Amino acid sequence: MSIDIETARRVAHLARIRVEEEELPALAGELSGILTFMEELNEVDVEGVEPMVSVTPMRLKRRADVVTDGDIQAEVLKNAPDAREGFFAVPKVVE
Amino acid sequence: MLDLTFEAPKPKVIQGAKSEWELVIGMEVHAQVSSNAKLFSGASTRFGAEPNSNVSFVDAAMPGMLPVINEFCVEQAVRTGLGLKAAINLRSAFDRKNYFYPDLPQGYQISQLYHPIVGEGEVIVEMAPGVARRVRIERIHLEQDAGKSIHDMDPAMSFVDLNRTGVALMEIVSRPDIRGPEEAAAYVGKLRQILRYLGTCDGNMQNGNLRADVNVSVCRPGAYERYQETQDFSHLGTRCEIKNMNSMRFIQAAIEYEARRQIAILEDGGKIDQETRLYDPDKGETRSMRSKEEAHDYRYFPCPDLLPLEIEQAWVDDIADRMPELPDAKKARFMADFGLTDYDASVLTAELDAARFFEEVAKGRDGKMAANWVINELFGRLKKEGHEIGESPVSAAQLGAIVDLIGKGDISGKIAKDLFEIVYTEGGDPAEIVEARGMKQVTDTGAIEKAVDEVIAANPAQVEKAKANPKLAGWFVGQVLKATGGKANPAAVNELVARKLGL
Repeated sequence: MSIDIETARRVAHLARIRVEEEELPALAGELSGILTFMEELNEVDVEGVEPMVSVTPMRLKRRADVVTDGDIQAEVLKNAPDAREGFFAVPKVVE
Repeated sequence: MLDLTFEAPKPKVIQGAKSEWELVIGMEVHAQVSSNAKLFSGASTRFGAEPNSNVSFVDAAMPGMLPVINEFCVEQAVRTGLGLKAAINLRSAFDRKNYFYPDLPQGYQISQLYHPIVGEGEVIVEMAPGVARRVRIERIHLEQDAGKSIHDMDPAMSFVDLNRTGVALMEIVSRPDIRGPEEAAAYVGKLRQILRYLGTCDGNMQNGNLRADVNVSVCRPGAYERYQETQDFSHLGTRCEIKNMNSMRFIQAAIEYEARRQIAILEDGGKIDQETRLYDPDKGETRSMRSKEEAHDYRYFPCPDLLPLEIEQAWVDDIADRMPELPDAKKARFMADFGLTDYDASVLTAELDAARFFEEVAKGRDGKMAANWVINELFGRLKKEGHEIGESPVSAAQLGAIVDLIGKGDISGKIAKDLFEIVYTEGGDPAEIVEARGMKQVTDTGAIEKAVDEVIAANPAQVEKAKANPKLAGWFVGQVLKATGGKANPAAVNELVARKLGL
């Protein structure tokens, strides 16, 4: 599978990564290379093999339904470029 | 065994300019899980807190923070699945749904696209006695809610509150089995009732704790039946999704509008674009959400921060053992055990608190009489004052005591209403009030006979008339009841009046 320049531009936009126009051909080439390698992997017969999700036998860790966190408004807002009256303030998002 | 035999309601038919059309509706209901803490963090879910105070570094998506699942939210999803007679998947997994929006700091929502925790189930939506729609549930998955953006506090800025970010939602996805706007609202109502019975979602639509995305398409009569036979969607029209509605009334209005919009396009030779639309309640119309179009490429992939969610059958069985009685079963039991009508049983089981209240009143008493007093007197009075059953000044024990007094013949039905009023406004023990205020019904025939004799003696002209026309005996009964302050037993008065007049 090959990625064309238009697709590379679109993927970059979806990921909100700014890629200059002249860098797009190289990026498209790299993405194509990765997907070609994936296609090679796809040739391996994995019929009946469970996908491995962890290298050690682990169970998903659970927490109890208890409030143990929060009430740190100042810390949460500390890195925000702009915050007012306890809210994050962002450029107007019009729907 | 429950008797759940019913026939399907007729689909809604809309007359277009050229031909008849039918509606096909499927819904995605987002129900906020009732829990103390969020799905993947220890922050509170409490509504109405200071902005950004129910936020942990996990919710704010600070670098390096990892999600840890709240086991109770998983239990709630399982309980909901069992309540909808659904298959529980012992192995489910979380995926990332990627999009950018200011109230989604992670840049993705953790959801369950490929392996949801709950599989196929059903909801029976009653439209009239014996008429119900069986709506198939396709799946329920667990996911994170987003935050809240406020756009009207500043002309140039939007304000973001992350308190809701990461709160657990159950997305309940139905099959396209709903056939009209009323059915859609009834489906949401039934789902809400079941969730409230289960205690898995409070169903508060005003606060946004229950909201629905509605998929609407139209087709010619007959096409839907072909879809049901084959499960082949190509028999159905192209659908549009109306997003995020939190009112039954808006859901109905939006479906009505959307159906007519699609019919007009199709009859004009046009084509429906599959798209997401928003309902504008002020204008009463739906409009396209073009801005989100591109963002529809969500690039789902398994969430690398979370192992698959594996649960044990024994745990599911344990939850199943602790299931409460659900609305359909409770209603059927009320009808069977207390001899209630379909309507009364529906009213009394609509809310769990009301059902509990009624059962306490009816226990060991005449069920029909108890239902009558709970629905007509108590609910009527509470509704007039805008109160919920939980705020009732009359307790179940007090209302039960009033029913007892009527049952024993201590008070008449009319006096009972006065007594109810006293108990409602002043409180107190009904039996003591009756005793203290001399409200007891006179069943002593001697006393009643004396009153009857007096009325007859005082009205010789009426006596002559009544002898000619026995229907006029009722006038004497009325006079006697009046003379005794409504305390004479009406049946005894009737009998005595008839005898004394020689009727």
